[in-house]
Amino acid sequence: MGKLKESALDTRAIRQDFPVLDQEVHGKRLVYLDNASTSQKPRPVVEKMNEYLNLYTANVHRSIYQLGERATEAYEGARDKIQAFLNVRAREEVIYTSGTTEAINAVAYSWGMKGGLQEGDEIVSTVMEHHSNTIPWYFLQDKLGVVLKWVDIHDDGTLKMEDYDELITSRTKLVTVTQCSNVLGTINPVAEIAKRAHEAGALCLVDAAQSAPHMPVDAQAIDADFLAVSGHKMLGPTGIGVLCGREDILEEMEPFMGGGEMIREVHLGWARWNDLPWKFEAGTPNIMGAIGLGAAVDYLEGLDMHLVREHEKALTAYALERLAGIEGLRVYGPTDVSQRAGVVPFLLEGVHPHDIASILDSEGIAVRAGHHCAQPLMDRLDVPATTRASFYLYNTAEEADRLAEALKRVKEVFRL
Amino acid sequence: MSYEMYQEVILDHYQNPRNKGDLDPADIWAREDNPLCGDEIALYLKLNDASVVEDVKFQGQGCAISQASASMLTVKLKGKTLEEVLAIDEDAVLQTLGIPISHARLTCALLPLSALRIGLETYQEDGA
Repeated sequence: MGKLKESALDTRAIRQDFPVLDQEVHGKRLVYLDNASTSQKPRPVVEKMNEYLNLYTANVHRSIYQLGERATEAYEGARDKIQAFLNVRAREEVIYTSGTTEAINAVAYSWGMKGGLQEGDEIVSTVMEHHSNTIPWYFLQDKLGVVLKWVDIHDDGTLKMEDYDELITSRTKLVTVTQCSNVLGTINPVAEIAKRAHEAGALCLVDAAQSAPHMPVDAQAIDADFLAVSGHKMLGPTGIGVLCGREDILEEMEPFMGGGEMIREVHLGWARWNDLPWKFEAGTPNIMGAIGLGAAVDYLEGLDMHLVREHEKALTAYALERLAGIEGLRVYGPTDVSQRAGVVPFLLEGVHPHDIASILDSEGIAVRAGHHCAQPLMDRLDVPATTRASFYLYNTAEEADRLAEALKRVKEVFRL
Repeated sequence: MSYEMYQEVILDHYQNPRNKGDLDPADIWAREDNPLCGDEIALYLKLNDASVVEDVKFQGQGCAISQASASMLTVKLKGKTLEEVLAIDEDAVLQTLGIPISHARLTCALLPLSALRIGLETYQEDGA
């Protein structure tokens, strides 16, 4: 108990970089298991952002003085790091956004709304998408009469791949899918899905918000037309993320927002857009956030994403095993950890998910309870809500033990 | 803090809810939910000729705090005059619960009161 047979990561050393983990909550050592919601930030990320704030705060691109050049270099340098991290073809294809939500909304608006989608055009999604990959398409449904279709899941939480055979038609314009479910942890075969979309002449959007922080993501191997990522789930700050898009498609697309930075020239009555990627980056960007995300990428690459994934795989397998021993507890999602990330949702018979989360909080354990911004999936699973534990690179087997023990405590409190 | 929320009386009302069921017809009734956590409460009140709560029932599902709060509210409502019912406020509900409620769980604790208020509003609007 309490030890992984082989740990791919030196969590003891890693935890030194995360001061937030070294504290007590309600008199108990903090166990942070809400990583699918947001991740903690290591010292080097915070320091890098402080460095910008303390030593070279300036606007980017237009400042002809040393601080501005330094800021631009760091801001654009971070873009190169992210490009390499996700193996995107070119830096022009990496657009800063405030996060995955803005990235997907940008596609829905620029490509969908302004790009001439028409009534009867179809978008194929899945029942396991986060609201951020659902609601933007509702806008197109409601405004343009675009038809949405949903790929279902098997009972084990994996996608019914055969549904694509029927749902993708000659009217399909976009196939949108998450690479990793934020509720079930399911890792979807996105390269295969992108291939099927392309065979039908449709585009493919991959929501990589839950995958990029936890496993190697190779944008070129996936070959999606759009790929969206959030910085704050991968050790970076909130308010920064990227939309990666195929250059020829981005060239065709109208900008999402207008303002400074996204223009080449402006005159009374007309303007010309800037080159990629800046065409989609109106206004003073989140410079500190981008620099922080660059530092987060450095940190993750320093650990090696393959090892991060190995660690989480072993930890998830361990956690699933520990939870399986608790009577009345039902865990959702794939049992095979090669198809699952470290996201573990569960229900305990006789106790509402919010009550579980409250009692776990008393034990110093931070988990999420609710619908996890995936209400259609809750409907599909026929549950009002779940409690969700989600792991990251700094979590340990001892913490999985703490979770299992605390869940037994929940049962005691409720006399179950 | 959280353990203090799950005192004997709360668990008792959660696991053995009082006045759970339907009331048809009801003079005052309303349904309120919190889609964030899936809590649902439907509240039914029957008044007698003197505008005193003669019977009260609730239906619902959700967390221990919301369901216990509903059960305890129904106990409190029985025998009250309409005027007294109208005077029930958040403090009164929290006092009846008698436990420290964390900020995050306040919505759960007050959901039954929200339902009651909606019901009262409709009742008064209908000019009854």
